[in-house]
Amino acid sequence: MAEQISIEIDGRTCEAAAGEMIIAVADREGIPIPRFCYHEKLSIAANCRMCLVEAEAGGRPFPKPVPACATPVAEGMKVQTRSAKALDAQRGTMEFLLINHPLDCPICDQGGECELQDVSMGYGEDVSRFSERKRVVKDEDLGPLIATDMTRCIHCTRCVRFGAEIAGVRELGATGRGEDMRIGTYVESAVAHELSGNVIDLCPVGALTSKPYRFTARAWELTSEEGIAPHDAVGSNLYLHIRGEQVMRVHPRDNEPVNETWISDRDRFSYEGLSSDTRLTEPLRKRADGTWEALDWQAALHLTADVLRGSDPDQIGWLMAPNATLEEAYLAQRLLRGLGGRHIDTRLRRQDFRGDRADPAVPWLGLPIAELERQQAVLVVGSDIRQEQPLLAHRLRKAVLDDAAVSFLNPYELALTHPARQLTAPPGRLSVRLAAVARALSASAEGAAGSLISGAQPAEAETRLAEELRAAGEQGRGLVLLGALAEADPDYTLLKELAYLVADAAGCRLGFLPVAANSVGAALAGAAPHLGPGAQALEAPGLDALAMITEPRQTYVLWGLSPELDLFDPSRAREALAGAAQVIGCSAFRTPDLEAACDILLPIAAFAETSGTFVNAEGRWQRFQGAVPPAGDARPGWKVLRVLGNILELDGFHYSSGKQVHDELAALCAQTRGGGAQVCDGGTQPDNARRGDYGLKQPLPAPDGLMRVGNVPIYAGDQTVRAAPALQHTPLAEPLALHLHPDTAAGLGLADGDAAEVAQGERHTVVPVVIDDAVAPGAARVPAAVPGSGVLGPAMGPIAVAKADASQLAATQMLGGQPA
Amino acid sequence: MVDHQDTVCFRTMRLRPKIRHTLKAYRSVGGYVQWERILREKPSPETLIEEIKLSALRGRGGAGFPTGLKWSFMPRNKPGQKYIVCNSDEGEPGTCKDRDIMRYNPHQLIEGMAIAGYCIGATVGYNYIRGEFYEPIDRFEEALLEAYQAGLLGKDLQGSGIDFDLYTHLGAGAYICGEETALLESLEGKKGQPRFKPPFPAQAGLYGKPTTINNTESLASVPVILEKGGQWFLEQGRPNNGGPKLFSVTGHVNKPCNVEVPLGTPFRDLLALAGGVSGGRRLKAVIPGGSSVPVVPGEVMMETDMDYDSIAKAGSMLGSGAVIIMAEGTCMVKVLANLAHFYAHESCGQCTPCREGTGWLERVLERILHGQGRPSDLDLLDNVAGRIGGRTICALGDAAAMPVQSFLKHYRHEFEHLIEHGTPLVEAA
Repeated sequence: MAEQISIEIDGRTCEAAAGEMIIAVADREGIPIPRFCYHEKLSIAANCRMCLVEAEAGGRPFPKPVPACATPVAEGMKVQTRSAKALDAQRGTMEFLLINHPLDCPICDQGGECELQDVSMGYGEDVSRFSERKRVVKDEDLGPLIATDMTRCIHCTRCVRFGAEIAGVRELGATGRGEDMRIGTYVESAVAHELSGNVIDLCPVGALTSKPYRFTARAWELTSEEGIAPHDAVGSNLYLHIRGEQVMRVHPRDNEPVNETWISDRDRFSYEGLSSDTRLTEPLRKRADGTWEALDWQAALHLTADVLRGSDPDQIGWLMAPNATLEEAYLAQRLLRGLGGRHIDTRLRRQDFRGDRADPAVPWLGLPIAELERQQAVLVVGSDIRQEQPLLAHRLRKAVLDDAAVSFLNPYELALTHPARQLTAPPGRLSVRLAAVARALSASAEGAAGSLISGAQPAEAETRLAEELRAAGEQGRGLVLLGALAEADPDYTLLKELAYLVADAAGCRLGFLPVAANSVGAALAGAAPHLGPGAQALEAPGLDALAMITEPRQTYVLWGLSPELDLFDPSRAREALAGAAQVIGCSAFRTPDLEAACDILLPIAAFAETSGTFVNAEGRWQRFQGAVPPAGDARPGWKVLRVLGNILELDGFHYSSGKQVHDELAALCAQTRGGGAQVCDGGTQPDNARRGDYGLKQPLPAPDGLMRVGNVPIYAGDQTVRAAPALQHTPLAEPLALHLHPDTAAGLGLADGDAAEVAQGERHTVVPVVIDDAVAPGAARVPAAVPGSGVLGPAMGPIAVAKADASQLAATQMLGGQPA
Repeated sequence: MVDHQDTVCFRTMRLRPKIRHTLKAYRSVGGYVQWERILREKPSPETLIEEIKLSALRGRGGAGFPTGLKWSFMPRNKPGQKYIVCNSDEGEPGTCKDRDIMRYNPHQLIEGMAIAGYCIGATVGYNYIRGEFYEPIDRFEEALLEAYQAGLLGKDLQGSGIDFDLYTHLGAGAYICGEETALLESLEGKKGQPRFKPPFPAQAGLYGKPTTINNTESLASVPVILEKGGQWFLEQGRPNNGGPKLFSVTGHVNKPCNVEVPLGTPFRDLLALAGGVSGGRRLKAVIPGGSSVPVVPGEVMMETDMDYDSIAKAGSMLGSGAVIIMAEGTCMVKVLANLAHFYAHESCGQCTPCREGTGWLERVLERILHGQGRPSDLDLLDNVAGRIGGRTICALGDAAAMPVQSFLKHYRHEFEHLIEHGTPLVEAA
């Protein structure tokens, strides 16, 4: 704790920590000091010279005005922010900033919310003394997200420092000297970082603005509603900026323990999906000839109720997107269980559910998000964390910058912006390498884990990783995390058991990276085959998400998902759905696979259109209100479920508000505390302790061929983001392709750019080959959830690869990814 | 001029031009004796630093900061890498002395850097040389090779356990990289932009490690100070202004030259060494320390001595010792426009007042020069210059502002005449 001292700003006595900058003290005291380059999350540049103030220390005035952002306070310092000398310095800087700035605010997208415009009101002159020619700067194309108007740039370098310090990629930099200094990308290239959109907020002027939003509204036409991001388990806090009934753009809402002041591009630009022409806007029934007939809600709900009532409850399979709200998840399982059904799940991209009995009831991060950056050693097992959880990746990067040792065990090496140890193995073999870490920690166990450990031979990497974890564990700052690539692994349960053994042996905590915005909430709500509401373990579990497909049901409810892109095995899902008597789709989007599979389509509200609650990775319950009305005739999902419950005459469906649903579940969770479901609003969070032994006898046999790695690329994970056009045009939006390690490719006789036929069982398609030495040898990375991937089988599983004729590739691509 | 036996940086000047830059020639004037003594005897660095302090050697790059004091700021016993960096980016208009040290006496710079490294605890040195200096770069590189081959640089030198490695780095033509922290940025491979201080380089310099940056002439003076003693060096000049100093006399003189003279030499003697004002004309004005310092009218200058304190009294600065002579008939508007262009071109662009203001000054002056001035321009120039000076991270802002303010102070009537009549009061000489 820094020494507390006392200084004086404008005659007011202020408490400060020694070494703090003047501007930080002034900000806390509410004393305004104008600034442009200063940003509390970025390093101090002190280059804009707007925050010059007059100061004296030890009774001696500084000879020159000093920058408040870069001048540390000292006991007894006296600061004048508005003395004649300070004001002259500030006005002088303002004049310099404005001489080359186009003073055409009415046609600037930033007009009305521009820091330069605001500050010029206080420090600028009415008439300029500058009568020379103004500077004009050529714009750069930074890609589909960020629009540039570089003539407006005031060279504060916030965007440059953001890249270097926060993103970890120097995508923007300054070239040229003096008046010719330019901010740009050196060589023209699109900005391709998952947090890049934050430079739009950082830019104090109209130089960097949002390309999708640009010139569609003025700041003063917008109202602002609070929201929670629906894409990952961070639950970033948002402001939704609304005009009329439309979300025009999304900004971050500061919440230091959650998203600090940042949001990912996915959270920022996915709102575009809300106005996509693929929205489902009215209830539909499929006619016998396969065409669609519009229904009114009354008829549609009765029809749906009839289907559910007429189905054998054990024949109903309810598949639900893990970003459905807590209220939807809770009501859905109540409705299904009220009818006598048991099969409901949100864990859609998983194949190995053997651990359900022994898993913690609510697998969660295991620690507050903010504590990630204070870890000393972290082992991440099976996560492309930058793509899965961009802001958690940012926290880990901060830990690394603070000298933490971070290691990854993945089917492919990640493109990281910080040093890290990366171990790779194909799916199904990750457990072997993890066992080597356990061995290095002298962990022992029975059964499958034990035999793997005793057979393991730790190499130097595993040994050093083990040492780091142990050393960090002794400090209480060690962590083992399991992510989405682990969750999809064929031997996920064994991976989990080994991860527990490693964490226990090293004295580290164990955490899960929940895949979606409400994965934790779904467990709490009981939208899982093995859990009831409050996450109570059930004696007689229902079928899990994969079993509902492999043991086909007669009736399906698909909630908020597209079966070919959101389920683990799209081909088997297609077959199961085709064979079902009735499929009810509740969705905000109308996608070809849904239309093919469903008999009834009910339009439900999308993100921003419904109230609800998401429980994030750290167990934080964040409730939000609907900000805009749902598209067309769509209705909030919880209301659809409420009415269905009433029509079906189920007890206790007479809710008057979503809040009431929330409160009922919160009360239940409070009751079941101790039953393992302690992750609760405001409550203390338990560790992720196992409830029992996994009891695996044998590891899965080593795959004898290639294993597919069906990772979910960053802009493919859910319906909304897939419908957001700008994101789909970024370099991060991956097309369907086969990524192979050079050695693997050589063994198959494949070269970069070749066409290859990839086959899983009888399902096959032709894709281009990308040689990529990040992929583990023996693995074939073919992303899931991207257009064209629906024709394939399990996201993680055996895959056959053969060279194909390039003309087949062209034919496949012409058919939009469908097999030729 | 300094007597042969009393020369410091030009110690090898009297030797044959073909060989005077070689190791052999340098050895013949007593070169590397001090470095080898240090390697042999390992005297305490503190006593060496005391000797430098006693000599009153002040930084020869322009700021005039006491070199010994600067060295004493280094946390020399702190573990970890430390660096000594020589600033040979000599870019101050009018200055060409460091170039000649590297051309004619490169080994003395090497010895000075090695000793400095020993004093501050640095085992690695960089000489950052202005990129346009083809011959000096070659000479310095040759000298480095010789010194390495002679076992004067490298690891465990002469069995002493002392390491010192020295590398050359070439600048790429930016004036601002002569500013010491911009030089460090450039040396690290980044865009040359001054850093905000604190932290000072002695705490966090090159690659974030404690670093001392000295001018070429300062470092090249060190071996002679140790050889002849700090007291001797001090006595060569004046109290608080120790030693002889190199002056580059340019402009309207008959014999532009680099000369080494004792600090405190009367300006009129220095002018005589340069052969007097060319064409027998009257002296109009002098910029006594490189283009960044205020101009001094000729008659004031003729009564001034060439040392830090005397020139300060005359209202200017000794700077780098670049003495720019302007004869009667020089159009001061044109001179200032030329200077303003230079600073606008060389501003790094990071601080708002300098980035925007230097270009503004240049444009207004160009306008005046082309007969499109307005009476209000002069107050505008003075005011704009005042809003740049003292408000930027580095001194380039001051350097751009000071000429404007001093020219307007001493020669305002020339500007007014040009604005009023559209033609200069005096034709450019």
